[in-house]
Amino acid sequence: MSVAIGTLRRPWRWGFWTSVFAVLFAAFLWVTFIRFTRGLGATTNLSDQFPWGLWIGFDILCGVGLAAGAFTIMATVHLFNIHRFEPIVRPTVLTGYLGYLFVCFALMYDLGQPWRIWHAMVYWNEHSVMFEVAWCVMLYTTVLTLEFLPIVLERFGLHKLHRILHSAETPLVILGVVLSTLHQSSLGSLYLIVPEKLHPLWYTTLLPVMFYISAIGAGIGMIIVESHLSGRAFGRELEIDLLEPLARAMVVVLAVYGVLRTETLIHNGAWKLALGSSYEGRMFQLEFGLGVLLPILLLVWPKIRNSATGLVTGASFAVLGFIMNRLNVSVTGLERSSGTHYVPSWMEVMVSVGLVAIGFAAFALAVRYLPIFPEHGSAGHEESSAAKG
Amino acid sequence: MSWGLLYDSTRCIGCGACSAACKEQNALSLPIEKQTTAYTWTVVEKRGGHFTRRLCMHCESPTCVSVCPVGAMQKTAAGPVTYAADKCIGCRYCIQACPFQVPKYQWDRPVPVVGKCIMCEPRIAGGKATACATVCPTGATRFGDREDLVAEARKRIDAEPGRYVDHIYGLQEAGGTSVLMLSAVPFGQLGLPENLPDEPLPLLTWRVLSHLPDVVGVAAVFLYGVRWITQRREYVRQNEGGDAPVEPPSPAHGGGRS
Repeated sequence: MSVAIGTLRRPWRWGFWTSVFAVLFAAFLWVTFIRFTRGLGATTNLSDQFPWGLWIGFDILCGVGLAAGAFTIMATVHLFNIHRFEPIVRPTVLTGYLGYLFVCFALMYDLGQPWRIWHAMVYWNEHSVMFEVAWCVMLYTTVLTLEFLPIVLERFGLHKLHRILHSAETPLVILGVVLSTLHQSSLGSLYLIVPEKLHPLWYTTLLPVMFYISAIGAGIGMIIVESHLSGRAFGRELEIDLLEPLARAMVVVLAVYGVLRTETLIHNGAWKLALGSSYEGRMFQLEFGLGVLLPILLLVWPKIRNSATGLVTGASFAVLGFIMNRLNVSVTGLERSSGTHYVPSWMEVMVSVGLVAIGFAAFALAVRYLPIFPEHGSAGHEESSAAKG
Repeated sequence: MSWGLLYDSTRCIGCGACSAACKEQNALSLPIEKQTTAYTWTVVEKRGGHFTRRLCMHCESPTCVSVCPVGAMQKTAAGPVTYAADKCIGCRYCIQACPFQVPKYQWDRPVPVVGKCIMCEPRIAGGKATACATVCPTGATRFGDREDLVAEARKRIDAEPGRYVDHIYGLQEAGGTSVLMLSAVPFGQLGLPENLPDEPLPLLTWRVLSHLPDVVGVAAVFLYGVRWITQRREYVRQNEGGDAPVEPPSPAHGGGRS
């Protein structure tokens, strides 16, 4: 993965993270070879009893959910006209775009016959949630491409094309929000059809609503976490004045989600299980306690919200809780009825880790070569430190 | 007319002729496995001293048909739920969603497809009974018009109430199935799910999916409305100066985008 060094501000050095990436990438290539020559059985711990595992639970459900920051921030800035968040639009769109590319790539590993993915465009079944998700993800990835493209066009000085895309911005943003609303919720609808299999702690007819709200919360959390990570990697200071209001918004979203989740459990009569000591009960307590209650309790305090550590800690727990929720719905909650215990194979983990690593590397490359952060910007953004209100 | 099968567990002797005939009819590779797999579409299991046959139940409103994104699973008017292997992309949603755990996957192949009982759809189209019903030596598996089979099952239960539990499995489960079952013990003991709703499972998702066009319309109009209002506010703020709207968008800077 040696890269031609052009006009970098900092010289590329073969450092620790590059080495880690190289090792991961080699293992990833090996697993890829096994996956496509010997099939899913040789690669995964999936079975007829447990046909969906880590690649659906983490790569697809979490990948799509954690990329929800893109449509949230686009709506905030371009529809609700809250322009002070402008400086984080580009890194967030980049994160979202890479997230969806990650999902598309992961799907190539999970599908039994990925070379037939185009069948979803030709053979329609409008009764299938999977069909709807497939179309939405496909269309939204296109929207994200068009929202990301201006950054590339700007870098190469293609102003005419840039202007054409700019004029289509409002319809694109609205299309993005509508498509996201549909498929973020529909990922939850996937599980509506298994009421007799999914554990009552996670099954509810409100699954689509739960998935939608929690994705917005996690999407905002991810913006904060991503700002922190890229800040560390590229030596930038955390834009607390921008992220603090986001943390407040996240607390509100998490609180709405928490109340709805609690009410649903009471209506379902599953609240006893939620307090119980069963395997599922404990997993729920971890998910809800660490991922919903803790971030609310932390970030509700202005003092914590206004410190970099507090902000990042709270957001990280929200993201972690979101990941646990999706894995609980897709794995934990289905184990008892399946009669099996599913633990992903090292090769399944390797594919997920490898794809995440590629995502990080792509982010790093994009930040180096494209005007993503305001400091690089030729778009006339002010320095983040100057954006104080 | 819709065809079906009636499996009477009390008449089954567990000889496995149905499994063997199924293998031959559908050109499936040997051996006959202990449980159904992508290569063994039906087996007879013994549970607590009672025989029970595993095969696709051929639901009246099949979950697999509803979930398949490419429509590879189809319910035919004649009764069978068929599978078009050449359409299948391998998402395995049918395996995940089937309330009876019927569809199985070829996990051992690099180019895998799903395997499941198709109620000998080609034979039925040719006017013949299924292979399993044809070879069954005791008549434990009977092929016929579903309505006739329901009447027959009812008659058997009424004639010998001590022999059967008073329930025709498949009459209502998940909206009804083309395969019906009779048993001497509660069906849960035979490994069949007893917690299925009487309404077809696909309704659970269709209730949501059918409203999505409304969501698209309302959301798009709402968002355009929001954009209109915020733009107008910005215009007023920039052009008429002092009379700012209730909350000025951002004191930091006005436009932002190049």
